[in-house]
Amino acid sequence: MDSVFSNVDRAPEDPILGVTVAYNNDPSPAKLNLGVGAYRTEEGKPLVLDVVRRAEQQLVNDPSRVKEYIPIAGLADFNKLSAKLILGADSPAIQESRVATIQCLSGTGSLRVGAEFLKKHYHQCVIFIPKPTWGNHPKVFNLAGLSVEYYRYYDPATRGLDFQGLLEDLGAAPSGAIVLLHACAHNPTGVDPTSEQWEKIRQLIRSKSLLPFFDSAYQGFASGSLDTDAHSVRTFVADGGECLIAQSYAKNMGLYGERVGALSIVCKSADVASKVESQVKLVVRPMYSSPPIHGASIVATILKSSDMYNDWTIELKGMADRIISMRQQLFEALQAKGTPGDWSHIIKQIGMFTFTGLNKEQVAFMTKEYHIYMTSDGRISMAGLSTKTVPHLVDAIHAAVTRVV
Amino acid sequence: MAMMARTIRNSASRRTMMMSRPIFGLRSMSSWWKNVEPAPKDPILGVTEAFLADPSPDKVNVGVVSLSLSLDLTDGAYRDDNGKPVVLDCVREAERRIAGTSFMEYLPMGGSVKMVEETLKLAYGDNSEFIKDKRIAAVQSLSGTGACRLFADFQTRFNPGSQIYIPVPTWSNHHNIWRDAQVPQKTYHYYHPETKGLDFKGLMDDVKNAPEGSFFLLHACAHNPTGVDPTEEQWREISQLFKAKNHFAFFDMAYQGFASGDPARDAKSIRIFLEDGHHIGISQSYAKNMGLYGQRVGCLSVLCENEKQAVTVKSQLQQLARPMYSNPPLHGAQIVSTILGDPELKSLWLKEVKIMADRIIGMRTTLRESLEKLGSPLSWEHVTKQIGMFCYSGLTPEQVDRLTSEYHIYMTRNGRISMAGVTTGNVGYLANAIHEVTKSS
Repeated sequence: MDSVFSNVDRAPEDPILGVTVAYNNDPSPAKLNLGVGAYRTEEGKPLVLDVVRRAEQQLVNDPSRVKEYIPIAGLADFNKLSAKLILGADSPAIQESRVATIQCLSGTGSLRVGAEFLKKHYHQCVIFIPKPTWGNHPKVFNLAGLSVEYYRYYDPATRGLDFQGLLEDLGAAPSGAIVLLHACAHNPTGVDPTSEQWEKIRQLIRSKSLLPFFDSAYQGFASGSLDTDAHSVRTFVADGGECLIAQSYAKNMGLYGERVGALSIVCKSADVASKVESQVKLVVRPMYSSPPIHGASIVATILKSSDMYNDWTIELKGMADRIISMRQQLFEALQAKGTPGDWSHIIKQIGMFTFTGLNKEQVAFMTKEYHIYMTSDGRISMAGLSTKTVPHLVDAIHAAVTRVV
Repeated sequence: MAMMARTIRNSASRRTMMMSRPIFGLRSMSSWWKNVEPAPKDPILGVTEAFLADPSPDKVNVGVVSLSLSLDLTDGAYRDDNGKPVVLDCVREAERRIAGTSFMEYLPMGGSVKMVEETLKLAYGDNSEFIKDKRIAAVQSLSGTGACRLFADFQTRFNPGSQIYIPVPTWSNHHNIWRDAQVPQKTYHYYHPETKGLDFKGLMDDVKNAPEGSFFLLHACAHNPTGVDPTEEQWREISQLFKAKNHFAFFDMAYQGFASGDPARDAKSIRIFLEDGHHIGISQSYAKNMGLYGQRVGCLSVLCENEKQAVTVKSQLQQLARPMYSNPPLHGAQIVSTILGDPELKSLWLKEVKIMADRIIGMRTTLRESLEKLGSPLSWEHVTKQIGMFCYSGLTPEQVDRLTSEYHIYMTRNGRISMAGVTTGNVGYLANAIHEVTKSS
């Protein structure tokens, strides 16, 4: 019998996940994976946080735990604790019950569910996303039925923020348009607005009644402080306006594969928040019925124990500090080698990634000659670096910059 | 006015999508909703709420099985003979082995390869030539719901304009899934209220009258919510007619092992279609048969013409998963792989599945015999003929209401009983109550 799908073409490899596939296939002992943003220790090993292990053991040892379906909106205590984490325990929005929080499948799931909700219930179908942004963002919004427009963000000349361009583009957006904002540690560039710039962005957004949709994938992971990394979100919520927030525990709790995250929708009133939550559930049900229990149970266990929470903040700061240290080491090594160019953006940018400024050809060269794997936009994951491997990377960058234009 | 409360408005200036999804206006949505069953959440959640509010010590909840649920409660969840939820021993052991893992990284978009391999064996057979020839495009999914949704999204993208034929009745979330994927729906006859069995003639007529190459949703075993399955002979006839009409068969198999106690037997319908050369799709779930409800672990597979096409189709399924959740959750997949990959644990699992299935079959028998012993004027043959979690009792809404108000017995008003809520401790009471409200029929 003929297949009804014989017309289907092979899809291209996902550009980000495809890097790891290529890396895995490389037999060279010198290979270095700076592709996917997953944290690695100094020894280049993945890390399961100690506090996560303890939480898991606690769960396993509790015979009263069952594996039933959890509610469509996820575990209630996980949701409450997640909202507190991003908004602050003293947030008036929480105290006034104006926040609808729904457990979702990490950041991706939170974005998709939020976008589908907006498509169904919001009056504007366009979302403005920064240029560049995480490669999966446009796909998530497109599949939810939103149309995607870009606002200027990264300035290749300065390797910093194109603040003027950003203000102009958001200023020209239609009233009510949705705006995607990276809460901190912009992916892929590592370039974040300063607090002053955030304040101007906030004023502009509110003055045009644009709807902010925050993607918070790195809270605590960027600066090492959970509160500092939540600052942009909190100033928006403090002005009493509405917004959406997608939270992920993939990086900051190392729970990547467990797919834990939360979508919070901050509303003008408790009544609206309650109605909004009921509608979000109708988006979730035909997608996967209810979210997975395991990762959320781990998070809730940690967040509700003050001991475990403290231990977590220490481990989190340890990861953030190691990354900051890698930035410093890479920068100094490039200086020492006399590699042409200004590499200060490496220490100015923040979070998991550095937008090196290397072009496609240079990246391809580094992969072929030095077995260094990164996305073709020149983004490297600092988490994949170690003191031992910095010299190899420096050699590769130096060669690429001097031999390939 | 709060922005969030505004209803949808399709902006005329919307940019054209790069995908083949047609732009659905409200017109098509509202015409579809006319045919939809009300979401069971309310009727069943209402049942649970009433149950919880009922102070009577005799109360029995056979409407909802898991009282902590606030989602689509037609699924139900298994209970032991003490009415308690169960975590299988094989699952506890697997979890003990997994805890303290040093691996919490992202799975590939298509999920755990090992888990998918083992899962395909269950559906297609341990020695399936299709597995050997690598002709199956398969990805780990978010349980059965996720598998159905991925397939529906795939259908809309690569067979735009196609419809899905859904049995009447079916699990209500099926309607939501294909609706949100924007696949138009049609229904086909399935349940015969007069016989409380299969409307085989109606089904075959609908299959025959559907345009060639139509997509059909079939419940592989233990039809939800009726418990009515075609016989093997009927499945063969259905398969032959599908062949003549070139229809696509998509099987939702949520209860393999849970229906008869024998996973191979429960997959018979699928095996018949495979023998007859159909290129089918299958949604598999470990929610019930491994008790992994909350872990959301399942598998979507599509049988293709050859390995190349399977690789292609899989790549496209991944493209649909990536913007939905990037990659599926790890923990449930690890549990499944650990169990199915270890002969001892697998053997333990098969034993435990049989125990669950047998308990339910036992309760069916006891309920029917009790009613017959009470001298009921009605036939209760269907209680033991139907299979799986649910029994479509044939009780009228009025009789159901009496059961609730007079006997504190809760079930959905369509007379559907979740057999998993019936125990040796309450079956006598249940039989007696049913008899009381039906004896004058």
